[in-house]
Amino acid sequence: MTRVLMKGNEAIAEAAIRAGCLHFFGYPITPQNEIPEYFSRRLPQVGGEYVQTESEVATSNMIFGAAGVGVRVMTSSSSPGISLMSEGISYLAGADLPVVIVNMMRAGPGLAGILPSQSDYAHATRGTAHGDFELTVLAPSSVQEAVDLTILSFQIAERYRVPVMLLGDGMIGQMMEPVEFPELEVGPPLAADDWALTGCRGREPRLVSSLYLDPVELNDKNYERYRRYALIRDKETRFDTYNCDGPYDVLLTAFGVMARVCMSAIDELAKEGIRVGLFRPITLNPFPEDACRSAIARAKRVLDVEMNMGQMLVDIRLAARGSHDIDFIGKCGGLTPSVEDVVERVRVHLAAIRAEER
Amino acid sequence: MQKIFSHPCSMIEDPLHYCPGCTHGIIHRLVAESIDELGIRERAVGVSSVGCSVCTYKYFRCDMFQASHGRAPAVATGAKRCRPELILFCYQGDGDLAAIGTSEIIHAANRGEKITCIFANNAVYGMTGGQMAPTTIPGQRTSTTPAGRRVSQDGFPLPMAEMLASLRTPGYVARVSMHAPSEIIRAKEIVRRAFLHQVEDRCFSFVECLSTCPTNWGLSPAESLKWIEREMLPYYPLGELKVPDGKTGDEDEHN
Repeated sequence: MTRVLMKGNEAIAEAAIRAGCLHFFGYPITPQNEIPEYFSRRLPQVGGEYVQTESEVATSNMIFGAAGVGVRVMTSSSSPGISLMSEGISYLAGADLPVVIVNMMRAGPGLAGILPSQSDYAHATRGTAHGDFELTVLAPSSVQEAVDLTILSFQIAERYRVPVMLLGDGMIGQMMEPVEFPELEVGPPLAADDWALTGCRGREPRLVSSLYLDPVELNDKNYERYRRYALIRDKETRFDTYNCDGPYDVLLTAFGVMARVCMSAIDELAKEGIRVGLFRPITLNPFPEDACRSAIARAKRVLDVEMNMGQMLVDIRLAARGSHDIDFIGKCGGLTPSVEDVVERVRVHLAAIRAEER
Repeated sequence: MQKIFSHPCSMIEDPLHYCPGCTHGIIHRLVAESIDELGIRERAVGVSSVGCSVCTYKYFRCDMFQASHGRAPAVATGAKRCRPELILFCYQGDGDLAAIGTSEIIHAANRGEKITCIFANNAVYGMTGGQMAPTTIPGQRTSTTPAGRRVSQDGFPLPMAEMLASLRTPGYVARVSMHAPSEIIRAKEIVRRAFLHQVEDRCFSFVECLSTCPTNWGLSPAESLKWIEREMLPYYPLGELKVPDGKTGDEDEHN
């Protein structure tokens, strides 16, 4: 494998093609335009199909049609565009269609700003759209991880027949880092022989639908879907820790690029012999609740750091089950809590811990 | 004895749920007969919409999507672009296609998607109980225009076929009506041509079908047919409004 220097957005598009995704539908929006632009260049070279859509509403329905005929398909957008796709995502979930949706988050709400933010954690993990369904949500913190999680997103989508969201932010999308891609040039086609709409030759006609007018049937269908979510929780939950091998007084929690800032803060403090740990969920949904609780249990103080008003904070509190008060640093609008912000707040907690010990 | 008439293979034989006198069933049949005659049932994929035609997926004996409100042409686009060997058709009503779904139908037509859109226009929202549609006739009473549609407030009926025919992208656009047997025979030929344009990989095709809604119009089935002729035809002239490369299907046949 060779390492190449690539922008996050372009690396995600290339990773998708290596994973065998030859179909892309999308509408331009900052800060993710390098993804559709890359696909528009590359897909004709590999016999794929690229369509620039008239809106994100249309996009979400085009990927519904594409996935319904059994091909691997993805789209990408940024926060306001994802809001427009929300209805379509509910239909995708309701019809059990495997698709990958990339959200390179920008600041919200409304048109707000185009700078990086983590403003859609709650939208992605809880309130995506109407109805009983969940999105599986993966959050990379480096360009390499964006590549790896893009490939994993397709695997999860197809294994469990669910829509999967890769939740990055403008920073992941725009920054350049060295990456390695899997050797496989273009992955094998999607295995959908037993459900896709491919014409009814030699079999009974099939239906791709989210409509269930019989309440019992719909209730059963939703329970069946939630059993698949339970399997995802069981088998696909992922997290990472930093500096958690030994003892620590303060635990930081952060996801995506925010974790990188926290790691720098931890390294700064380590120079003074201060031990601080980091817990980083990689799957935001399913949230690695048990692992998070174990990490919290070993700390005296917990500080959650996000580029929003405290959206993951809710999950950290749930994981803690009241054992700790969770402190929070958040900036939004395109601002990012700095290494200094984190270091300074950790020092406040360390002083409080020393005062308590006296 | 020679069999000269039978139930189309591409349509199930169960009773349809439509109200007595509704002409959805006839339009379904024209679609099914066309699919049969062109021998494309096993590669046909239909897209049902939202409204009275939501249950269309039950009636065609081929693979079917059930799409969200107004987005059938986007679903068909996604499917057709990824599996061009399939024959994609959308079946939509006027609320679905001419109100919430105007963006999707216009852009599918403008991109020249090789799909076939069947548009049942009965000038009213049927499933939700007879509210005004974009295609409601001026003066027509509906549950949300109790004094009749006022053009000063609601504008004129939206001429979808004319709008799509105005696009520069080649396509096949026609309007037919279900109000008389002669018109239905004519409609059959036009629906078949619309599918043929896709089968021959030629262009986007669109057939607007003037249809009845006796229940929400408050008319008998027979009066409803007359109402189409008297009230709808002045706003919705029939015929092939646009043909690819400037030739009508009739000219094709005659040359």
